[in-house]
Amino acid sequence: MSEVKLMKGNEAVAEAAILAGVDAYFGYPITPQSEVIEYLMVERPEDRTGMVVLQAESEIAAINMVYGAAGTGKRVMTSSSSPGVSLKQEGISYIAGSELPCVIVNVVRGGPGLGTIQPSQADYFQSTKGGGHGDYRLLVLAPASVQEMADFVDLAFDLAFKYRNPVMILSDGVIGQMMEKITLPAQKPRLSNEEIIERYGDWATTGKPSTRERNIITSLELDPYRQETHNHKLQAKYKKMEENEVRFEAINCEDADYVIVAYGSSARISQKTMQLARAKGHKVGLFRLISLFPFPKNELNKLADTVKGFLAVEMSAGQMIEDVRLAVNGKKPAEHYGRFGGVVHSPEEVLIALEQKIIGG
Amino acid sequence: MDIKEIIKPENLVYQKTKLMTDAPLSYCPGCGHGTAHRITMEVVEEMGIWEDTIGVAPVGCSVLAYDFMNIDMTQAAHGRAPAVATGIKRTWPEKFVFTYQGDGDLAAIGGNETLHACNRGENIVIIFVNNGIYGMTGGQMAPTTLPGMKSSTSPYGRDIATMGHPLKMTELIAQLPGTYFVTRQAVHTPAAVRKAKKAIRIAFETQREKKGLAFVEIVSNCNSGWKMNPVDANNWMVDNMFPYFPLGDIKVNGELIK
Ligand SMILES: Cc1ncc(C[n+]2csc(CCOP(=O)(O)OP(=O)(O)O)c2C)c(N)n1
Ligand code: SF4
Ligand SMILES: [Mg+2]
Repeated sequence: MSEVKLMKGNEAVAEAAILAGVDAYFGYPITPQSEVIEYLMVERPEDRTGMVVLQAESEIAAINMVYGAAGTGKRVMTSSSSPGVSLKQEGISYIAGSELPCVIVNVVRGGPGLGTIQPSQADYFQSTKGGGHGDYRLLVLAPASVQEMADFVDLAFDLAFKYRNPVMILSDGVIGQMMEKITLPAQKPRLSNEEIIERYGDWATTGKPSTRERNIITSLELDPYRQETHNHKLQAKYKKMEENEVRFEAINCEDADYVIVAYGSSARISQKTMQLARAKGHKVGLFRLISLFPFPKNELNKLADTVKGFLAVEMSAGQMIEDVRLAVNGKKPAEHYGRFGGVVHSPEEVLIALEQKIIGG
Repeated sequence: MDIKEIIKPENLVYQKTKLMTDAPLSYCPGCGHGTAHRITMEVVEEMGIWEDTIGVAPVGCSVLAYDFMNIDMTQAAHGRAPAVATGIKRTWPEKFVFTYQGDGDLAAIGGNETLHACNRGENIVIIFVNNGIYGMTGGQMAPTTLPGMKSSTSPYGRDIATMGHPLKMTELIAQLPGTYFVTRQAVHTPAAVRKAKKAIRIAFETQREKKGLAFVEIVSNCNSGWKMNPVDANNWMVDNMFPYFPLGDIKVNGELIK
């Protein structure tokens, strides 16, 4: 049933959404992710599965359409790139506060401000630390290939509904724009309205039958003590995610003296660096983060017992490095390297940084 | 005669709709929000559609509308109710979806969402309570605050030269082909309440017939924000708000009146 295709990362996300039985997509064009909505408009998923696709008047409207539909138990998705994701933050905070499932894709570009349309990983803080106002977290998945752009859509929805929490697929302009051969999954059917009411009837606003109390989707609690209780509940949920949803890939880390920590396209680039370093006789491993929240802190801390140092490679001025240092907790040196503002580092540049900052030092 | 002998079903002349909860209304005495809630819910009850109706509450004094309306509801971020309703209606087209919004919510921060939901002809009902002020936050100037009208952020009266003109959102959206029924009503007298309720009924019937967006403005007082007692506030509304925001239908069956 599965199908092999050559696709852009952005197209893969869009096709995977149709195949995952997603009910609706709401988005607004922005480079470098406009192919997501363009692909969907060409594909007419309305005819294939009944999936709704709507170009909203803004990212603000798009995320609020997601909020409305997610509150009814539907599987809903939006995508954007950095400036657009900034606009969505109020809505994301509402979605997290009212505990609704949804998937948000950010194909990151360079900032701050309007920045550049070139790839970047400078939205790490925004994605993993909350992003909008209030104490909340997103589950954040970082694809490093076009295949993962597709695979993570269904995974993200599973996690979103498991925890009733927004999940972000944090991609970047490299992964979104590059073409690779991928295997697509078989078509999953969309849930019928009856199935939705049966599964999510205890919270979704699908219309109140006489058999149950009314369902209300809200993040408002005027009594601070009850708001604090609600926050405790959210924190307990995030803790559960930390216990159960850590995802990473450790390549050549067993015998490694030095480990590069990276995610997304920086992990792809650093894989080449690892090969170059090994060819020169340095025992280098790659610790690729797949979940950015939850962050694999225990695993990195354990690794710090056996290696001599870490290099955090990311296309930002140094964001993920803060979590790496917290995880390593001073056991071993952990340094940062990365080009940013839309510049993509080469494997050779990363190797030089590795030799100068970690191996040589 | 004992009072218990009078309270009998056959003597009943009025009954609260079962679609209003028993929660005490949080509104100031004399405020129009409570009446607007009630007649909206009465229409939903009379049409027999409450099991298929989903409401969207705004940010404003009516943020807690979901405490009072006994149906499934979603509370939207400030101004975003039309987008939230769009998300619901597009994924459940067979349900009845309405928003209930104040003037700051609908005409200022949510102007874009309002305009585009109307322009797309979303098959929803928008109930727009215009009290010319930001009631909830303590009486600041709204986009609908009248020229010269005092508020906490126009303490010397709204100065048109620097603060702009009161926005007639309802006339504006009536120009858009996506709107099918657009009207302006009030709830300050029993006659006005009856008319407003009829208008809300037409709005929900418009949605049932999938004709496009139906928009019901209700000009109301905010006696607290206006710093008046309820009676003076209603009189002031009649003398000052109605000339600027005249009551009556603006668009019927997709055709502009006049
Ligand atoms: C993003 C955002 N900005 C500002 C506020 C503060 N705020 C709450 S209600 C309100 C005004 C509401 O006025 P209106 O919509 O006219 O409703 P009313 O209370 O008059 O019925 C404002 C500015 C908010 N909650 N969210
Ligand atoms: S502040 Fe104004 S709008 Fe709010 S409840 Fe009181 S009178 Fe009504
Ligand atoms: Mg107001």
